[in-house]
Amino acid sequence: MDKWIIEVSDLKRFFDVGATRVEALKGVSFSIKEGDFVSIMGSSGSGKSTLLNILGALDRPSAGRYVLDGTEVGGLNKNQLAGVRSRKIGFVFQSFNLLPRTSALENVELPLIYHGGMSARERRHRAEFALEQVGLSDRLNHTPAQLSGGQQQRVAIARALVNHPVLLLADEATGNLDTRTSYEIMALFQDLNAQGKTIVFVTHESDVAAFTQRIFRLKDGRLVANEKVSIVQDAAGLLKANIEIS
Amino acid sequence: MAMGNLVRTALKAMGRNVMRTLLTMLGIIIGVASVISMLALGLGSQLQIQSQISEMGSNMLTIMPAGGRRGGVRMEASATVLLSSDDAVLLEEEAHYLSDVSPFLSTGGQVVSGPNNWPTQLQGVAPAYLNIRKLQIKEGVAFTVLDIKQSAKVCLVGQTVVENLFPDGRSAIGQILRVGAVPLRIIGVLEQKGSNTFGQDQDDVVLLPYSTMQKRMLAVSHVHSIYASAVSENLSDKAVEEVEMLLSANSRLISNGEPAFEVRSQKELIAMFSSTSEMMTLLLAAVAGISLLVGGIGIMNVMFMSVTERTREIGLRMAVGGRSLHIMLQFLMEALMVSFGGGLLGVILGLGASAALDRILGWPVSVSETSVLLSFGVCTVIGVFFGWYPARKAAALDPIAALRYE
Ligand SMILES: Nc1ncnc2c1ncn2[C@@H]1O[C@H](COP(=O)(O)OP(=O)(O)OP(=O)(O)O)[C@@H](O)[C@H]1O
Ligand SMILES: [Mg+2]
Repeated sequence: MDKWIIEVSDLKRFFDVGATRVEALKGVSFSIKEGDFVSIMGSSGSGKSTLLNILGALDRPSAGRYVLDGTEVGGLNKNQLAGVRSRKIGFVFQSFNLLPRTSALENVELPLIYHGGMSARERRHRAEFALEQVGLSDRLNHTPAQLSGGQQQRVAIARALVNHPVLLLADEATGNLDTRTSYEIMALFQDLNAQGKTIVFVTHESDVAAFTQRIFRLKDGRLVANEKVSIVQDAAGLLKANIEIS
Repeated sequence: MAMGNLVRTALKAMGRNVMRTLLTMLGIIIGVASVISMLALGLGSQLQIQSQISEMGSNMLTIMPAGGRRGGVRMEASATVLLSSDDAVLLEEEAHYLSDVSPFLSTGGQVVSGPNNWPTQLQGVAPAYLNIRKLQIKEGVAFTVLDIKQSAKVCLVGQTVVENLFPDGRSAIGQILRVGAVPLRIIGVLEQKGSNTFGQDQDDVVLLPYSTMQKRMLAVSHVHSIYASAVSENLSDKAVEEVEMLLSANSRLISNGEPAFEVRSQKELIAMFSSTSEMMTLLLAAVAGISLLVGGIGIMNVMFMSVTERTREIGLRMAVGGRSLHIMLQFLMEALMVSFGGGLLGVILGLGASAALDRILGWPVSVSETSVLLSFGVCTVIGVFFGWYPARKAAALDPIAALRYE
């Protein structure tokens, strides 16, 4: 199954700030196959988030083509983009972005509210299943304040999974977590990838990138490297082998 | 997004800060409560005036010499035409739309009985007057047509007169009261009527045959006015026309080619007083309406705050697939529910306040369904109107910028 999920060619994104123009992306081209697990690396300000936002249909490119799962996304309007996000994308943020004072279950149900034509029962069913996938079946009614950082990020991942997206995007999803919790989250991502999810992952840390199969390196708005990871680390295995990862 | 979800999301947002929600509602609550109680008060007093006027006799007509003013020129006193008891007789015999007719004279006077005396209103009338004014005899009998013929020295007295002339509680029947030099034998006591809308004590009255007043007290041959009643309330307009026609046939009652008398029906009186109290009601309602408006501005203010506070939430909702319309509806629904909730509490408070005005102050109130429906309608409009702009602002946010918002 060699289906292209993402095809990007000569993607550009400019920001006009006053009289100056910031070129965050200066023409980026790549493709990602279904089932890939890609990390995007690069120094701060190199355009990683900008690229991921466009991939996640949160933002529109200034120029270039972006085809997601057969849909040309570049030219869609605001509402159509929302539709793409609702049907095809799951997004995980660095800062979790859970609704406060709202149970894990309801947080996970949120994307389904905008899905249309889904009964409350089906929503609950799917949210419970997503929380089960991330190993939080016993925390359905906990609010974010009652969960650890790692658990909060798991809820956020469940929320990203609940609409059965073709593409899972994460921007520094482990950035706010300690190493051990980061590894647990990476183990979860690897597990999801093993089940066939396509994942694009932005990170600073090369040890986190080592859990992915392919690394894109951005520098100053350009893609400077697209390398296959020769030896993919096994996060779950590492955790098991070394309980003392600090 | 289904209605249920919208409502649930709005309830949740409102519940997150109950105190603020209630304070926001307060403007609407006070506005609606005052609209409802003001309208209830207005309607109540209007109904009271109407019922009191018709208590006086809803079919009643009054025929008086035309006022001192005609065509903008003030007339000489001598130029005013005088009505006579013959005019009353004519009406009684000829008018089809009248059931009762009575001449009427009145004068103030000191009535004396033994050591007690009392200033009161003396009215010279025919027996039919009791029917016209819906007066009842409580004790004794009314005077008769024979008493009129004989200018008999008899009278009927109101309860207030009885209480003041006979404070010891003995029966007034058969007692003699004197007005100046004229002794009148009390043959009946009138049923109590209380005060009318204008605060007059309707029981402070002495009724005597009009002929007695004409001959023995005032020494006149005319009457001050004529009271009559139409056969039914619906026919009172017809009756007015008929009276005008019949009396105009008498050249004595025509001056400068125009009738020199006026015929008034209770209907006109009711319309007159109703229109003043309607004005008053409108004025009160307008003041209350302004407080509703202020309440609406309060909602807008809080909704703006809420949009700013929840910028990240809005960004997140958009990121997971929420469209601008969804966000807009969410905030609109919230504004609507705040104003509607305020409306509901306001209606309850308004009903309570109306009941309190009634119970505690004894003011006449009547809550109309229209005012309740109107309040809800206005609340809906206010919610949408003042929620619109903040909701638009929320919907126009850019998801990335909103997610980054600190
Ligand atoms: N809305 C914006 N307006 C103006 N400039 C922007 C905007 N968003 C991003 N930029 C600029 O684009 C460039 C790339 O930003 P981006 O957020 O993609 O970097 P990044 O690689 O994610 O960095 P970091 O690792 O620090 O998150 C930066 O120079 C940034 O200043
Ligand atoms: Mg970034």
